[in-house]
Amino acid sequence: MHPAPSVIIFTTFSGLGFGLLFWLGLGMPAATGWDAFVFFAIAYLGAVGGLLASTFHLGHPERAIKALSQWKTSWLSREGIAAVATLLIMAVFGGGLVLFEMRLLPLGWLGAAGCLATIFTTSMIYAQLKTVPRWNHWSTPALFVALSLGGGALLSGNFEIAILLLLASGALQIFAWMSGDGRFKASGTTMESATGLGHIGSVRAFEPPHTGTNYLMREFIHVVGRKHAMQLRVISMLLGFVVPIALLLGSFNHWLALIAVASHVVGVITLRWLFFAQAEHVVGLYYGKR
Amino acid sequence: MTELPTSTAKKLGLVIDLDTCVGCHACVISCKGWNTENYGAPLSDQNAYSGAASGTFLNRVHSYEVQPPMLRDAPQPAQLIHFPKSCLHCEDAPCVTVCPTGASYKRVEDGIVLVNEQDCIGCGLCAWACPYGARELDAKEGVMKKCTLCVDRIYNENLPEEDRQPACVRTCPAGARHFGDLADETSDVSILVAERGGFDLMPEQGTKPTNKYLPPRPKDAEPEYDILAPYLEPIANDSQGFVSWLDKALSALPGGAK
Repeated sequence: MHPAPSVIIFTTFSGLGFGLLFWLGLGMPAATGWDAFVFFAIAYLGAVGGLLASTFHLGHPERAIKALSQWKTSWLSREGIAAVATLLIMAVFGGGLVLFEMRLLPLGWLGAAGCLATIFTTSMIYAQLKTVPRWNHWSTPALFVALSLGGGALLSGNFEIAILLLLASGALQIFAWMSGDGRFKASGTTMESATGLGHIGSVRAFEPPHTGTNYLMREFIHVVGRKHAMQLRVISMLLGFVVPIALLLGSFNHWLALIAVASHVVGVITLRWLFFAQAEHVVGLYYGKR
Repeated sequence: MTELPTSTAKKLGLVIDLDTCVGCHACVISCKGWNTENYGAPLSDQNAYSGAASGTFLNRVHSYEVQPPMLRDAPQPAQLIHFPKSCLHCEDAPCVTVCPTGASYKRVEDGIVLVNEQDCIGCGLCAWACPYGARELDAKEGVMKKCTLCVDRIYNENLPEEDRQPACVRTCPAGARHFGDLADETSDVSILVAERGGFDLMPEQGTKPTNKYLPPRPKDAEPEYDILAPYLEPIANDSQGFVSWLDKALSALPGGAK
């Protein structure tokens, strides 16, 4: 799959933003006034900024509101609804904390549940696709939720929880890679099943339908980025998990925490780049490619 | 709503004969022509007159080489098969249910999968969900384009009756494309599928495509190509002069060719 910057920015930053909002909704930390304002500002910057970035790849962003209508079948629509509802609920909750030092806890809990729902529905947009076997697995939503809550815990200063969740996310990520590497083969979709010509013999793409490229090849066949996949996996593991955990284990210092957050963000961006660049869509088979 | 209908009155679709398709791409061109000039946003091209030309097509013809396994230790000749591919109007169309706006839908009356371009936000998720590459986002219009089964031809009473079929079927010079109702077991297309062993593409994806493909027929045994060979032997054996002497002299040497 083409690793579009808009989608990488969207999943990374809105994941972190909603992760932070989750902990704020639970009252961890129980900040009020200016402290609360700073926390909520960072969370909304991530969540709303990410959502806005995701509209950049739309052909008609001015019609985006229509995407809230098909919640019965569409995970993308459900995600839109969950995101908008959660941001509205948390705005009221955050407004109470910042302006009136008023803690409407049940509203915070509802908002935290909304954050979970938003992260989960985002991940299901990818996990639902049978056409991308690597994503079509329970580890996709598990990883999105763990990463989001882990990053949120890091941003909200819940360092013990952050260490545990980052450890869990790292382990889940390694599992997702190991199990995902063989999933295309296990899906049973091959050039033979794609063309239905397997009963005659082995199939080879002889001539593509056109001399140039096309939308499908640009969107679904991304071979270039896989070259350095192993190095990037190691780098993302170090930056996303090892460095932040090592920094958090020492004595607390605002600068070290900032470095831990920055390292984690770069690590997650690398993870998301790999998430798309390594995902192979079955349509590539029609072009003899993966 | 993007819920799929539980059943459709008709299942209009195509049957494509891989045995007769000659790979001329006439269906590709007639499709692009009709669908650019008629219903919906035109199918745009980018850098059409350069080395990096690209454009939106609803129908594309791939060509595959299929290598049969060895038969009694003898290698078998490879077969070249031309393979037109467009929307298969699946019964369980994953492109429809993922659509967040309701722009994609499957018609209850005939099973055709269509996009309402006024509602499409161009998010591309339907193209992600389609295993066949049947949907392409138009780079100029920013909306999703796909085969309409020429819905503006097949019911169009302004056209002569013989033209009321998809442009690709009407234009095919080899008779490799057939259009009809695959829900009706007595229709020509259903009989064709039953007799020729029509199959689904990627059945493991669970999309239940309406369009069917007919397999290439088994090839005849190879004819005896050298039936004329004895008459084609070189006849100018009677060399003369120096060359003739050299020929004889070399043959006379030990190990020389006679």
